[in-house]
Amino acid sequence: MAKAGGGSEGRRVRLERDIARINEDLLSLGSLVEQTTLQAVDSLKQRDFAASRRIIRDDREINRRRFAIEEAVLAVIATQQPVAHDLRLLTAILDVVTELERMGDYGKGIAEINLRIGEKPLIKPLIDVPRMAEKAVAMLHRALGAFVAGDAALAREVPKADDEVDQLYNQVYNELVMYMISDPRTIDGATYLLWVAHNLERLADRVTNICERSIFLVSGEQLEMDSEQDIA
Amino acid sequence: MRVPVNRSESANAASPTPQTKIQVKDLAVAYGSFRAVAEVNLEIPETAITAIIGPSGCGKSTLLRTFNRMTDLVAGARVTGEVTLDGADIYAPTVDVVDVRRRVGMVFQRPNPFPKSIFDNVAYGPRLYGVSRRAALAEIVEHSLRKAALWDEVRDKLHTSAPALSGGQQQRLCIARALAVEPEVILMDEPCSALDPIATLKIEDLMRSLAVTYTIVIVTHNMQQAARVSDITAMMMLGEDRKTGTIIEVGDTKSIFTGPKDKRTEDYVTGRFG
Repeated sequence: MAKAGGGSEGRRVRLERDIARINEDLLSLGSLVEQTTLQAVDSLKQRDFAASRRIIRDDREINRRRFAIEEAVLAVIATQQPVAHDLRLLTAILDVVTELERMGDYGKGIAEINLRIGEKPLIKPLIDVPRMAEKAVAMLHRALGAFVAGDAALAREVPKADDEVDQLYNQVYNELVMYMISDPRTIDGATYLLWVAHNLERLADRVTNICERSIFLVSGEQLEMDSEQDIA
Repeated sequence: MRVPVNRSESANAASPTPQTKIQVKDLAVAYGSFRAVAEVNLEIPETAITAIIGPSGCGKSTLLRTFNRMTDLVAGARVTGEVTLDGADIYAPTVDVVDVRRRVGMVFQRPNPFPKSIFDNVAYGPRLYGVSRRAALAEIVEHSLRKAALWDEVRDKLHTSAPALSGGQQQRLCIARALAVEPEVILMDEPCSALDPIATLKIEDLMRSLAVTYTIVIVTHNMQQAARVSDITAMMMLGEDRKTGTIIEVGDTKSIFTGPKDKRTEDYVTGRFG
């Protein structure tokens, strides 16, 4: 049983210490999601089925950590009755942790696709898809840093990279459609790669959500940070 | 893929299971034919804060008073069952009840400073125990007032009237008075209900610092306070007969306030009744 408080420390100190610990766990979970995403795409590129199976199995750890952070937040709210900014921060953390868990699912989805494609060769070498993954992961890393630091300026910057991810996605989409039109036997393989790219594009979108949260937390501004692309 | 260890898990694994300071077994209290409290089984861990919560009139204060035999002072009160302190039953016939009340001190809802000076309030207990040298008393008084987080506020007016202090200060003085006779357990019966919010927070901070050395049991109808301050929470309420109080759930405070097991506890802490 963990003691409710360390000796003579004041309430404020205890709350800040608890929030700091939760933030560390959040960053840790973020790192795990970043690693998972890059490894999922890499295992697809290398056709490494054992690695993909490991990623699918390790998704459980992401889920477990998500719930651990949620429990920690609930415990702080119940036992310390935070208000104002502290309360909004804690509820924002609940939001962010849900986004991270969904991002973990995208990585798992990519690993599953590798297994589905199976022994058949990829219909084309992966070039843009790994680039999408790197950009999306870099965005996630910076977004979480901005969230934990309360850096609204950085939180506004990060979503701009989402346009680059969207552009790569369009490139991948157009290229794969060309393949499918010129040779219907590639439809299966092309569709799988399209899903992989779609997962990465969705991941980057969720990073934008995290940035919106950060800005709201700092300034109270409710933002929808739409991409520059037109919806045709 | 190396995964960092979850910090909170390893922290919990490192702290040893605390010893039981007070053990309550099949306790019942009757006033004449009226059974106020029955079938209470409870373990109070040492150097921790245990809160007893529940609706008014369910027997919380009655239960608390069995821990230092204050129930003896009520005519017609009969206690059955066992209350052990460090394993020894405090209701055994050979027990020195005055010493029990020294080891298990009590702080009441309304601060009750004696109509004497601050110094004489704190020195009262030690004097009764035969401490008479000025220097020794002065040291005990300072030590106790420091532990009660009151020293800085009263050091220059120790010989002024205690009832002239503010409510919050008076309550800390009562705590200092209890501390002066070197107790092991401090019982608190709604210690903050007569105090303003700032004084309340100061007492709560004080409780936590005292819990490093002393065992604390607090009865409170303020659930948020129990959630803020305690390590263990025991939920008490009237049983089926709507007359006799009993403990219906005990657990670590985080669990009681995030996911209690008993529906009645859930209803009480969420304000559905009580």
